[in-house]
Formats: sequence, C-alpha cells, structure tokens
Amino acid sequence: MTAAVRGASRTGTSRAGRTGSVTWMALPALVFFIAFGVVPLLGVLGLSFTQWDGIGAIHPAGFDSWRKVLVDPGLPHALYVTFLVMILSWLVQTPASILIGVFLASHARYRGVLAVLFFIPLLLSSAAIAVAYKALLDPNFGLGAGLQIGFLSQDWLGEDKLALGVVIFIVSWQFIPFHSLIYQGAVRQIPRSMYEAAEIDGAGRIRQFWSITLPQLKYTIVTSSTLMVVGSLTFFDVIFVLTAGGPGDATRVLALDMYKTGFQANLMGPASAIAVILVLVAFALAIILRRIGGGGAADSQLEGA
Amino acid sequence: MATAVTTDVGQTPQVRPTRSRRRRRRGRPNWLGGLAGWLWLVIVLVPIYWIVITSFKTQANYYAMNPLKPSTSPTIDNYRMVIESDFATYFINSVVVTVGSIIPAVLISFMAAFAIVRSSGGFMKSVNGLFLMGLAIPVQATIIPVYLIIIRLKLYDSLLAIILPSIAFAIPLSVLVLANFIRDVPKELFESMRVDGASEWVTLWRLAFPLTRPALVTVSIYNGLAVWNGFLLPLILTQSPSRRTLPLALWTFQGQYGVNVPAVLASVVLTTLPILILYAVGRRQLLSGLTAGFSK
Repeated sequence: MTAAVRGASRTGTSRAGRTGSVTWMALPALVFFIAFGVVPLLGVLGLSFTQWDGIGAIHPAGFDSWRKVLVDPGLPHALYVTFLVMILSWLVQTPASILIGVFLASHARYRGVLAVLFFIPLLLSSAAIAVAYKALLDPNFGLGAGLQIGFLSQDWLGEDKLALGVVIFIVSWQFIPFHSLIYQGAVRQIPRSMYEAAEIDGAGRIRQFWSITLPQLKYTIVTSSTLMVVGSLTFFDVIFVLTAGGPGDATRVLALDMYKTGFQANLMGPASAIAVILVLVAFALAIILRRIGGGGAADSQLEGA
Repeated sequence: MATAVTTDVGQTPQVRPTRSRRRRRRGRPNWLGGLAGWLWLVIVLVPIYWIVITSFKTQANYYAMNPLKPSTSPTIDNYRMVIESDFATYFINSVVVTVGSIIPAVLISFMAAFAIVRSSGGFMKSVNGLFLMGLAIPVQATIIPVYLIIIRLKLYDSLLAIILPSIAFAIPLSVLVLANFIRDVPKELFESMRVDGASEWVTLWRLAFPLTRPALVTVSIYNGLAVWNGFLLPLILTQSPSRRTLPLALWTFQGQYGVNVPAVLASVVLTTLPILILYAVGRRQLLSGLTAGFSK
C-alpha cells in the first residue's frame, strides 16, 4: 500500500515538476565537460585534417596528415610497443593484484600494517617515481653500481629490451596497489556462506579459490582489466621522464609518439591523427572488454547481493 | 554467473564425497597469498627505503658507501638545496592548481550527480551516458585541442590553463561515484523533504550534501591526488619556471642536477611529503573511496 502510494507520487512529480527543476544543476558540469572534453575530442579529429605548427595559423590540408601518418613506419612500431606494454603489464599486474587483494582481504596477522605500506606507490606522482627509478637504475651512480652486483648494474635504460622491461616493472610497481585495492574490496563482498558450504563439502583452499573466489571476481576482473588496458594507453608521464621513448624508439608508445610529433617536431596535424588513432584504440578496447564482461557495472552490482 | 558457481559447489561432493568434516577450522594460512604479500612488500619498500636514506647523504658519502646502509652522519643539505631552488613557488603553484580545480570540480559534479539521480528524463540519461563515455577518453588524446583552446583564451602559461581542463577531466569519475552514493540515500528522506515543501536546491544542500559527505571527501582526495601529481597539463600548458608545479619541477630538477643523486632524491621526498602526511591523516577515506568508485 505505502509502496504503491510512494511509487505513484514519485512518478507524478518526477515526470512533471522535478525534471525541469533539477536539470539545470547538471549544466555547469556539462558545460565544463563539453568545453574541455567533448569539444577537444571532436577538435582533434578536425585538426587531423589541417596543417598547424602549434604557433601560427591553421590551414586546412585535407588528408595530408593522415597520409603521412599511415605511411610512416613509426606508427606500426608505436602501436606494437603500445600493445606490448599493455599486454605485458596486464600479465604482470593481474595475477599479482588478485593474489595480493585476496591476501589483504583475509584476516591474516600484520595485514593492517602491511596495507598501510602497500599503498604508498599509489600516492607518488608518476614523475617522482620515474625520477627516482632513473636515479636508482643509473649504471654508474645507481643502486646496482653502489652494491657492485653485476646483474644490477646493467645499462637498464640503454638497451631496448631492458628499457621495456623496466617500464613494465615500474608501471606495475605503481599500479598493482590500486588494483589489489579493487580486488580486496570485491573479495570482501563474496558471501562467507559460499566458503563455509565449500568447506563442509571438503574443498581445499586452492579449490575454493578457483571455484568460488575467481568466478565471483569475474566482473571485478573485467573492471580492473578495463582500467589497466585503457590506462596503459596513457603511460605517458613515466615513459617520458624515464626514457623519453628511447633508447631509439624502443619505448615510444602511441601517446609519446603523438607528443613528440606534435610538440617537438611541431607537426600538429599528424599528431592529431595519431591522437585520433589513440582514441579509437581506447574505445575499441573498452567496448571489447565490456563484451567479454557480458554486461557491465549494472549487472555486477546485482551479483554482489 | 551465479548459476555457474552453484553448479560448481554442487558438484564438489560428488568429486570428493568422503572428506567432509575435517576441514572446518577457519583461518588456515593462505601461503600463496601471504608469500605474494610479503614479496610485494619487499619490492615496494626497498626502493622507498633507498630513496629516503640516500636523500640524507652527502654526494661524496653516497659514492663511498654501501647504498643500502643509512649514513652515519646524515645531512639535510640536500633538502636545503632543493628548498632554496624555488621549491616554495612550485609548492604554492601545486596547491593553487589542486585546490582551484578540485573544489569547483567536486561541487559541480555533485550537482550533476544529484540531477542525474533525481530526474528520470531521457535528457539526463544521455547526460549520464556522456559522462560515462568520458571515462574512456584518454586525456593525452585531447591535449592538442586543449592546448589550442587555452592559447585562444589567452591563458597559456597561467595556472588557470591547468585548472580548467583539470576540472573537466575530474568530472566523469566524480559524477559516477557521487551518483552511486546519492542513490543510497533512502527515498523516504527525499520524500519527507518534499512534503515539507523544500525545493530540490534546498534538498541538495540540506539532505544529500551532509549524507554524502564521506563520498565527497573521498572523491576530492582521489581527484586531488590526480591533479597534484599531474604532469602532462603543466608540461604542455605552461612554460615559465614561475608557473611550474611540483612534478614538472622535479623533472627539470633532475635535468639540472642529475648527477647529484642525493639531491634529486631529496626533491622526490619533499614533493611527496605533503601527500604522505595527508595519507597518514585520511588513509581510510582515501582507500575506501577508491574501492567505492570501482567495485561497487
């Protein structure tokens, strides 16, 4: 009865008076987001058909920039490096984050103290992390050189494969805390009764992990992976400070390729074309991961209940 | 998914029907998780430990001794040197940019979230959809048009140039998280406000604001961290040293004093210190806010 009344009054007001009276509250945010989010997104597409050096006048240039970018062997290379970083950092981060998240969600001793320390990398700026690691890895003045351990005093940032490995390590160092935090929260939401039932049935820890924890984390894995994968497109700060894309082009990811083309070579047209490719890749990945998830945030919310 | 789990659990007794009662004891140690946890702790702490102890060494001292041993005669000269190279200016710039972006960003996001939750119109649905799409836009990809807009607004090389786009990029996630929290406010409370004759504007500030204050704080901290640590916007939208924010200053400092490792590390510690203090004060707020945004 009450529910029916409430329902009726709700639809009554929300249809008529309410919608009109709250809509304007969304306008400031909408204006800001359109001005500095949507307009730039469309603008970058527009600029990709122009010629601009970043200072002077902007001239329409048709498909010149696109032709230039698509013919340049730098593009497939940048795409390759971007996907390599994406896949490798996902492969490192996901299992580690799940393990640590499960561990942090358990009631093990010292967990509280550990948790305080775990999340410190999350607080540091990418610039600070990259600056510190650059000093730490320096073959002449770094930690390895000081300890005089040969393995540690390699030219970490001077060789293609090592530099790529270092980037993946540092990115994982920076972001695993964040993702373990997400997993920790998700593991805590799994009903205890499931584990109790499994224990009565005699399932061991590992069996419980594979049969309960992991399936229950499905949507969290999708969310976390989406953030990881889309986020990996924007590993600009770390790479810029650490290697500036080098040695050679070994760590020149798409975002860096765009920056260098636009702000160092002053070719804003081609840089905009690269940015459009970056957006397309990001959207495509977000959509693919959503499909894999088979629904998305709304469903996962119901799942927890 | 729920069905998959049920069948899995249901099958277990058929697989191993005999072992039942023995394992009911709880709290058996999780070896693999524990191992990962401790290993990770070492990986996190060794670099941080090295950064901190090295920042208190003199340059000569640094080359001479075991890098993992703390100095026997710690010095604060490195810190003095960093502070004397205009650290205060960069610090103030960072504070102005962070506070100047986050307060307006969170307030307008809160209003938008309220509007999205409280209205059932199709227009608001598409606004919400637009913000959700914004979550997938890589900031880097929009930087060239943002740069163009800032130049045309004659704001290049000002702190406002960093603030305006920072507000915009903070909006999507803030709206998402805040809308989730406003949805949790019991409908009866909104209803009684309405019966009392309160307008939506009053309801927003008198009811929703106090009830979602924890979420507002966490969203502010989360976005504040992102802006405080932001590198790309200051790099592209400013150029004069007097407009540098801390992350950018850090980068230029390494460019100048790269060989002086202790001084570089002192600058790293110094730029991180304010955040660490904040972390010590509001750890719960920060961490719970992060999970609220994503696992909910």
